[in-house]
Amino acid sequence: MAEAHPVGFQWVMEAKARGATVIHVDPRFSRTSAMADLHVPIRAGSDIAFLGGIINHVLTEEKYFRDYVLAYTNASTIISEDFADTEDLGGVFSGLDRDHRTYDFDAWRYQAGDVGAAAGRRDRPGSGKGGQNGNGQNGDGQNGDGRRRRVRAAARGEAHGSGGAAAHPSPDTDETLQHPRCVFQILKRHFSRYTPEMVEQICGISPENFRRVYEALTSNSGRDRTTALVYSVGWTQHTVGVQYIRTGAILQTLLGNMGRPGGGILALRGHASIQGSTDIPTLFDLLPGYLPMPHVHGNEDLDTYADAESMDNGFWANVRSYMVSLLKAWWGPAATAENDFCFDYLPRLTGSHGTYETVLAQIAGDCSGYFLLGENPAVGSANGRMQRLGMSKLDWLVVRDFSLIESATWWKDGPEIETGEMRTEDIGTEVFFLPAAAHTEKSGSFTNTQRMLQWHHEAVEPAGDARSDLWFAYHLGRIIREKLAAQSGSVPGSSSPAAGEHPDADEMNRPILDLTWDYPLRGPLREPDAEAVLAEVNGWDGDGKPVSSYTQLKDDGSTASGCWIYCGVYADGVNQAARRKPGGEQNWVANEWGWAWPANRRVLYNRASADPEGKPWSDRKALVWWDPEQGKWAGHDIADFIANRPPSYRPPDGAKGVAAISGTDAFIMQADGKAWLFAPAGLADGPMPAHYEPQESPVQNLLYPKQEHNPVRETLRHPGTPYQPSGDEPGSEVFPYVATTYRLTEHHTAGGMSRWLPYLSELQPEFFCEVSPELAAERGLEHMGWATIISARSAIEARVMVTQRMPSLTVQGKRLHQIGLPYHWGRNGLTTGDAANELAHFSLDPNVHIQEVKALAVDIQPGRRPRGPALLDLIRSYHERAGITDETGTEV
Amino acid sequence: MSSTERPGLTGGADPAERAGWGEHPPRMGFFTDTSVCIGCKACEVACKEWNTVPEDGLELTGMSFDNTIGLSASTWRHVAFIEQQAPVGVPALPAVPGQAAGIRGGLSGPAVPGPDGVDGAMRWLMSSDVCKHCTEAGCLDVCPTGALMRTEFGTVVVQDDVCNGCGYCVPACPFGVIGRRADDGGAHKCTLCYDRLGVGMEPACAKACPTDSIQFGPLDELRERARVRVNDLVEAGHPEAQLYLEGADNGIGGAGAFFLLLDEPEVYGLPPDPVVPTRSLPRMWKHAGLAAAGVGAMVLTAFLGSRTDVR
Amino acid sequence: MGVRTWIEGWPVYRQLTGPDKLGLGAAAKSGATSRRQPRVAEADNVVKSVCPYCAVGCGQNVYVQDGKVTQIEGDPDSPVSRGRLCPKGSASLQLTTGDARQYQVLYRRPNGTDWEKLGLDQAMDMIADRVLAARRKGWQWEVDGQRTRRTLGFASLGGATLDNEENYLFKKLFTALGAVQIENQARI
Repeated sequence: MAEAHPVGFQWVMEAKARGATVIHVDPRFSRTSAMADLHVPIRAGSDIAFLGGIINHVLTEEKYFRDYVLAYTNASTIISEDFADTEDLGGVFSGLDRDHRTYDFDAWRYQAGDVGAAAGRRDRPGSGKGGQNGNGQNGDGQNGDGRRRRVRAAARGEAHGSGGAAAHPSPDTDETLQHPRCVFQILKRHFSRYTPEMVEQICGISPENFRRVYEALTSNSGRDRTTALVYSVGWTQHTVGVQYIRTGAILQTLLGNMGRPGGGILALRGHASIQGSTDIPTLFDLLPGYLPMPHVHGNEDLDTYADAESMDNGFWANVRSYMVSLLKAWWGPAATAENDFCFDYLPRLTGSHGTYETVLAQIAGDCSGYFLLGENPAVGSANGRMQRLGMSKLDWLVVRDFSLIESATWWKDGPEIETGEMRTEDIGTEVFFLPAAAHTEKSGSFTNTQRMLQWHHEAVEPAGDARSDLWFAYHLGRIIREKLAAQSGSVPGSSSPAAGEHPDADEMNRPILDLTWDYPLRGPLREPDAEAVLAEVNGWDGDGKPVSSYTQLKDDGSTASGCWIYCGVYADGVNQAARRKPGGEQNWVANEWGWAWPANRRVLYNRASADPEGKPWSDRKALVWWDPEQGKWAGHDIADFIANRPPSYRPPDGAKGVAAISGTDAFIMQADGKAWLFAPAGLADGPMPAHYEPQESPVQNLLYPKQEHNPVRETLRHPGTPYQPSGDEPGSEVFPYVATTYRLTEHHTAGGMSRWLPYLSELQPEFFCEVSPELAAERGLEHMGWATIISARSAIEARVMVTQRMPSLTVQGKRLHQIGLPYHWGRNGLTTGDAANELAHFSLDPNVHIQEVKALAVDIQPGRRPRGPALLDLIRSYHERAGITDETGTEV
Repeated sequence: MSSTERPGLTGGADPAERAGWGEHPPRMGFFTDTSVCIGCKACEVACKEWNTVPEDGLELTGMSFDNTIGLSASTWRHVAFIEQQAPVGVPALPAVPGQAAGIRGGLSGPAVPGPDGVDGAMRWLMSSDVCKHCTEAGCLDVCPTGALMRTEFGTVVVQDDVCNGCGYCVPACPFGVIGRRADDGGAHKCTLCYDRLGVGMEPACAKACPTDSIQFGPLDELRERARVRVNDLVEAGHPEAQLYLEGADNGIGGAGAFFLLLDEPEVYGLPPDPVVPTRSLPRMWKHAGLAAAGVGAMVLTAFLGSRTDVR
Repeated sequence: MGVRTWIEGWPVYRQLTGPDKLGLGAAAKSGATSRRQPRVAEADNVVKSVCPYCAVGCGQNVYVQDGKVTQIEGDPDSPVSRGRLCPKGSASLQLTTGDARQYQVLYRRPNGTDWEKLGLDQAMDMIADRVLAARRKGWQWEVDGQRTRRTLGFASLGGATLDNEENYLFKKLFTALGAVQIENQARI
């Protein structure tokens, strides 16, 4: 955190000054470690074993916060008899379809007296026009059903950014926590082999360090104290990344640290509005506000979509209102009840269309055009060579950035030109480079890592051809609409064109011609008014007045909102994101600075900071509480609850939607109102986390010897991104070291905003790798000499930094060396070097399709890498030594 | 006025007063608490942005994360990084085991005791260095042109329009702070953001510092704060914590920028006992100074007069 | 801290330390030094902004003089950052006004060996044509007999560094064009 989020780290330092204990768990000793009370070096790729060991300790030693666990979690919920654990099935859960590499969630569902209600509505395919069987059962092996499950797995992982997946709202429970199939007992059995000895063997963490960690955690959790977990992409960039975070969530839930001040799990995100680009997603599987993109399976019309995506209970019951309001925001008057509010205008998914699949589609020739909007995949994405191969097959490429990044110039100076794999004259891709405006040259909002929107105001106009992306998007749309309208002889927005250039053209073009696209333009550059866009995102009611809450949204077409969770950001016609009441003039929550979704609440699920009766668990840790005199929730923060719902409220029988949320359902976006220690749905790879080795690991999976990897990880296949043998497979010894990538304070991601700046470049002027003195001795590496790091994909060279900060570990009785690779470099800019991501493969987390760059198996040799075709010879020789085939590494 | 500072004839060792500033603000300075420095180098960049100091070379040094090397004409803040394997109060680490031949390179042979898992095995010290704005400033003493000036805040600045690039000041600094820049030939160093101070703003480095490792303020207040801080650290089990240049009992008569260190100064590359080289010069220079004409000479005389008396 | 005096405090302080009261000390002070004002004091206006690097969301004050950004500093009012910035945030002035910025549209024709200059309007027109062509090339009304109404013809990557409003327009436009391969750094 000190390394990549230094200014945020001031609050950790402040907590430390007040007596907080700071523990840093990381393969390397970083600037964060330097400030920590304890640094715990860990083998990259083993965090679930480590956290699972703490969970085991908490459960067996009864260190959990029992009152909290009973009141707010699903610990007492009884799970269906169909469920079988990894302990029973050799490392996999019940419901695994090996042929399609998916799990069926039905095998993990809650047991409920009214079994007919099954697993809730969400994720259940509809029974609409498609006529599909809507009740996908365990692995029947039919093609249609298998594809349906793949589609579901592909596109469901992220659809819970604003709430959980579906589950039965009132399952059977055992408040004594003794039932053998209650979540508590299942959890206890599941983690029982995650012992300190296992942690030592798998993670390389000494029992003494491990003890210090769990003692610090448990002694600083409970009624009077809280502990926060902070993570970044060190947890996400794995083939089991989401489950890393789930493990942290289970631990924090058991300790009673969720929804409470000083608690929680804090994701430190790395780009100014990466949270915003998930909320208002430029992501294939989502529509604004975490509404899933519709799929071909079953979700054929608005009714079946709303039925399948909504839940019986809570705010997700109103999916139809959110969706209709979005459709009204996009298609305005053209969206009517008669035409399903233009629901059919939305394109449909047939599987994963993530960025790595897109690269394969480019190479295959299916995708022929590409916009890069402030991204540099040639450096920042896994396997740069594949990225450039994809771009070399395009008809056209548009790059919008500040400078000529590697993704703009690969056709003349990329690594493949050097190796002879590509010749500039043979590359047919037409490339447009458009200079982008800086944040000082445009107005708009960023959503920061706390879900807080902050407005930045234009200070000056961009110079030359530089333009904002708002300008680019708007005017590109305007020109396209004008061209299509001219073809069809109609005016954009007025629909019903005459004959077009293609039999289907009119129908194809209606969504773009009917689109609401009339934003006010300002100044000589004709810059769209960003506040007008924000107003549309916020939405308006039937009278055209800005809505102040998503509870105002209707499903009859009378309201519009471009992103339901952002409702309120333009309440009263005021840009709430631009609020800047000084922090010093507010309480410590500072609700009047910017605006956070949902409803300007700063701590999610903060109802849990009070006990079931509505009183803070302790005075020290008060955040919100029930005020019986005023009949509403009060506190330092805005309660993340229904404002006037008393703790004593119990829903009447048959209650649906918001009315079904009880006064103690602190986790209001969950189908059952509970924090999930066991996830009966929503995760592609298991209801509980299990330790799996990375796609490529030098060691065997000690916990599940029969199951080396996450069985449902997504392994994309292409000759350009082969996989290596792993664990005890022959050939794995060719890649004996663990490499992990990371950031440095002085640079930013793929370098586009740092490697071109003299003041930052001089601070870290060259790509280097960090190795321990032991590894240096083993491989003959010299401090500040050169090393070549080799994987099955590529070989890169780096200057060598020999340092004790990259400690070697003892894992399964043997010394294990790790190699640190800051990934900022590429061949352009003031400071240049090979890109670490060249080494990475295309094996992805099955929930969110994120690549595994935090734990790779590599070799390292002294000296510089070969130039030209000799580089390819080197990689080929490693393939031969390791016996790599097309099938290597692709097993379940 | 700190009690540790030596009193002078003309109302104490307040350097601004001795430099002829009548009514003037309190002496301002930096207290750099290295125990909370996270080595982010924001100070280096904020300084350069504000003062338009040019880039100072793209060289990977291998000195941990320090690629700035040291203070110079084009580096007015410099963050040192010191990797320690056996810090004070912690048992020395076992030796790094040598290479053990194994079947699988990365997992070579049986486990041997190593640095992992040893509490406190590693310490990474970081410290942002800066011009000390000495009470007895060698650079100021030797400047023949009046380019170097003591400001009303007690700080020492180079005036670019006066400096002729003679370079006398460079060897006169016991810390190696000031240097000449190749492009303009002039001498440059930290001004403690003199221009910002003039309008009540704090220096750019102190403002940016994420953890308040760099604190700016009236020197008296900073010294008070520093003494509390160092006592707290010693009591908390860091006997090695010490203040560097906090008092006046050193060879530069006290500093406008002082430090809390977690090890001996030389570990950070700081001279343990800096002495201003002009300490023995004042009497010799007094006569030369009198020969100089103009207002500048009057200031110089007053300055040296007080210093002579101290001796 | 007390010394972190805000802009409103300047005149008082200026008066306190003004030239009339400098006395003897002024003697060594050169004309240029005396005239020197910090550029923030001369700014025409201060614009409230947010750091464009990571997601902490540090407040920035952008100083503008004569239509140019002259300084970017932390905003002390921000409850997130309290006026502080990291090295990257501190380099925002160089990022936004430095020599590395490109201000010219560049074009590489198919099989071309170097960049050529291109007018912005012409580039926009050409890109619009190419989007429509790629869209049609990759159009799919149906897949396996089920309606998809989409195109796989073009894709986009980027958004995490953009404003919400920009992402909103891209998502809206590209989705209406039938594209589904719309991605950003959040996937990476």
